[in-house]
Amino acid sequence: MSEAAALDHETAAGLPAPLGLLAELTHRCPLQCPYCSNPLALERVNAELSTEAWCDVLAQAAELGVLQLHLSGGEPTLRRDLGQIVAQATRVGLYTNLITAGVLLTRERLEELVSRGLEHVQISIQDSNAANADRIAQYAGGHEKKLEVARWAKALKLPLTLNAPIHRQNIDSLPAIIELALALGAQRLEVAHVQYYGWALKNRQALMPTRAQVLRSAELVAAARARLKGVLVIDFVVPDYYARRPKPCMGGWGRGIITITPSGKVLPCHAAQTIEGLKFENVRARSLREIWLQSEAFAAFRGTAWMREPCRSCEFRELDWGGCRCQALAFTGSAANADPACEKSSHHAAFTAIAGAESQAPAQAFAFRRPSPAPGGR
Amino acid sequence: MIKASDPQRPLIAAASVPTLPRHIKLRHDATRNRWTILAPERVLTPDAIALDILRLCDGERSVEAIAEVLAGQYSAPRERILTDVTNLLQELADKGVITA
Repeated sequence: MSEAAALDHETAAGLPAPLGLLAELTHRCPLQCPYCSNPLALERVNAELSTEAWCDVLAQAAELGVLQLHLSGGEPTLRRDLGQIVAQATRVGLYTNLITAGVLLTRERLEELVSRGLEHVQISIQDSNAANADRIAQYAGGHEKKLEVARWAKALKLPLTLNAPIHRQNIDSLPAIIELALALGAQRLEVAHVQYYGWALKNRQALMPTRAQVLRSAELVAAARARLKGVLVIDFVVPDYYARRPKPCMGGWGRGIITITPSGKVLPCHAAQTIEGLKFENVRARSLREIWLQSEAFAAFRGTAWMREPCRSCEFRELDWGGCRCQALAFTGSAANADPACEKSSHHAAFTAIAGAESQAPAQAFAFRRPSPAPGGR
Repeated sequence: MIKASDPQRPLIAAASVPTLPRHIKLRHDATRNRWTILAPERVLTPDAIALDILRLCDGERSVEAIAEVLAGQYSAPRERILTDVTNLLQELADKGVITA
C-alpha cells in the first residue's frame, strides 16, 4: 500500500487530475501570526465568493477527481455558511478537513459541522506556552481557547491534528508541544517548520532558526516517532534554507493540488500570485476543469518542459519537480530557475548564508497583518 | 517516557476485531478507476489483497476469522495467511486506518 501523493495522479484517459483542493474561504482572521501563508495583499470581504458559488465549485472539483477538501483561510469559521459548504462537500463525496485557529468556535457549532459530515479538524497552535502563543498570534486568551476546542473535538470523536508552525521563537518548546498533542489525544501532529513565503518571508529574520536548532528538532521528532508508533503520527516539515535538495513543492506544479482564493481565483499554489506575468483565472468566469487543464498559469510550470539547467538534466527532476517556483523567482530573479534550496543551484550558497546570518542576529520585531499599538515581537 | 495514562499502541493479535473508524473512508475513485482509503490529510491506495482484507473488517469478524475466509480464496497455508493478515492489519493500525 502506498500514499497516493507518491503516485501519478493521471486519470484513465491520461489527463492530470487534482487530488486536493485548498479552499481559502476568507482572508479575514482574528489572529496575526507573523508567518501567515496568506498573501501580503489580502482579499476583502466584499470580494468573497457566495455560498452558491462555493457549492458549485465543490461539485466541479469532485467531478474533476478531487478527493480531499481543505477548508482554510484566513479563518474559515468566520464564514457563516461554513455548515452549508461542509454539507455540500459531503454530498458530492469530498473528504473534508477544517483548518482552523479554533478561537471563534462554540461547541454547538463544531457539533453542527460534524453532523453535516466534517471528517477531520486541524487546529493550529503557536506554542505550548500560552503567553508566548498569544504573543505570536496577537490574540489574548487564544491558546486556552484552542485547547478547549481540541477537547471538544475529542469528545465528539472528531479526529484531530495539531499543527505547530516552528520557528526560532518557539522551537525550544518542541518537546512540550509533542506532549501537548499526546495529552489532547490528537491523532496527528504536524511539526511544520515555517516556510518562508508571504508574511513569513517578510518576517524571516525574526523567525529563522539556526542550523543546530533545526537538526535538534529533527532528532526530537525521530525519537518521538519511534516512541509513539501507533499512538501519534508526526509529520515533519523542514525549513528548506538548510536543505540540500528542494521540496517537491505542491507535489509538482499543476499536478495534484488546486488552491482557490476567497474571491475565486484559481492558483497552482497559494503563493503563486507573487509570480508576475502569470494570469490567474476565476471560477466566476470559467469552469474549474478548463482552468485546470487549459489555463496558462497551470501550464506554465507543469511537468518538466519549462526547466533549464541544472533541473533539465537532473535525475531528481520528476521527484522534486525543480522545487518551488515562487522561491526561485524571489531569490534568483526567474521563476524558471532551480529552487535555490537545491545545492545544484548557483544561488544555493548565498541562500544558505542568509539563513545562517539572520538566525544568529538578535530577532527583530515582527511585522503583523494589522499594524497596532499592541506590544509586538521581541 | 510514556506515562501509564498515555494511549498505547494497539497490537493486532488473532483474537483482535478490526474495524474502520467512522472517519476512514474506503471509496472507489471513479476518475482514476481505483480504490482509495481517505484519511485525515492522506490518500492511500490499497492493493488487491489489502482491499480484500479491509472489506472483511466489519467490526464483528476477528483477525482469525478474516484469515479463515481468505484461506478459502487464496491457495496458501492457513498459518501463513494469518501471519500476513496480522502484519498488514498492524501496519494499518499504526497508520490509524483501523482500530481493534
